[in-house]
Amino acid sequence: MRFGVVVFPGTWSDCDFHYVISEVLHQPVKYVWHRERDLADLDCVVLPGGFSYGDYLRAGAVAGRSPVVEALRDFIARGGYVLGSCNGFQILCEAGLLPGALMRNECLQYRCQSTHLVVDNVETVFSRGLRPGRVLTMPISHGEGKYHADAEALRTLKAGNQIVFRYAEADGRVTRAANPNGSLENIAGIVNPEGTVLGLMPHPERAAETAMGSADGLLLFQSLLGSLVEDGSFLKR
Amino acid sequence: MRVRVLVRLKPGILDVQGAAVQKALAGLGFTEVTDLRVGKVIEVELQTATADAARARVGEMCRQLLANPVLEDYTIEMADDLARRGAVR
Repeated sequence: MRFGVVVFPGTWSDCDFHYVISEVLHQPVKYVWHRERDLADLDCVVLPGGFSYGDYLRAGAVAGRSPVVEALRDFIARGGYVLGSCNGFQILCEAGLLPGALMRNECLQYRCQSTHLVVDNVETVFSRGLRPGRVLTMPISHGEGKYHADAEALRTLKAGNQIVFRYAEADGRVTRAANPNGSLENIAGIVNPEGTVLGLMPHPERAAETAMGSADGLLLFQSLLGSLVEDGSFLKR
Repeated sequence: MRVRVLVRLKPGILDVQGAAVQKALAGLGFTEVTDLRVGKVIEVELQTATADAARARVGEMCRQLLANPVLEDYTIEMADDLARRGAVR
């Protein structure tokens, strides 16, 4: 699977994603500059975290109208996969590729911490190797990660089983205390109706080797690559 | 043509920033404040033949970029209206 990691002015997780894809997963990967419009040679585009365009106006607002994001519309329509993490999630919402929006954290603080995520939907390419209710550990690092959607959009999300990850306790209970930013219904990650575009505030690329405290972020990529076998163990390369 | 856009959170959406500012004001003795919301002002200068055209173009800018329709409402004020109120020099 060929990956592209998009780089905007102000992106900061591009190198981390590139490292994980090339050095941990051994997949072909290249950087894609934000002015690029040709994504024809890619299977999965990653929108990494950071502060694209300095978060001017709103987080992800300017990046959400950039040439590469415009090109994503065709890319998605022809079946390409998109993973947006942190600022990448904000960009996907700003571009209208995912519903809702991300607002200032309810606590008004920048939150940089480990979180537990309970898996709600295992019928996406990014979560198909997981069991429903499994708890993953991944860090967050953001000031504007409070997910918001109006009542109708929330109904649609639920009806379409589009909520993939929710902030939870270590045992998987979804509680108010486990919600680091005030997100609606503890939502941490959602997909488009087709399940091919995932946006999440946590950072899978920062939880990709045991030395980093967790390797759970890899599960998203391994689901995508189809390299998880039924009993939950990994196929050996 | 000079146009001022006011962008604010929609009614019903919790404005945590506004709440924090209100609390700070209360700390300074302004306890009579019952509600406070923080928004954004965007001033746009553009070249159009008429005020109506300017308003239409800025409305399009709001829909495409300046405001996020999920969270925000906007109002457009023309320089003429503002001048009448003494709001622009």
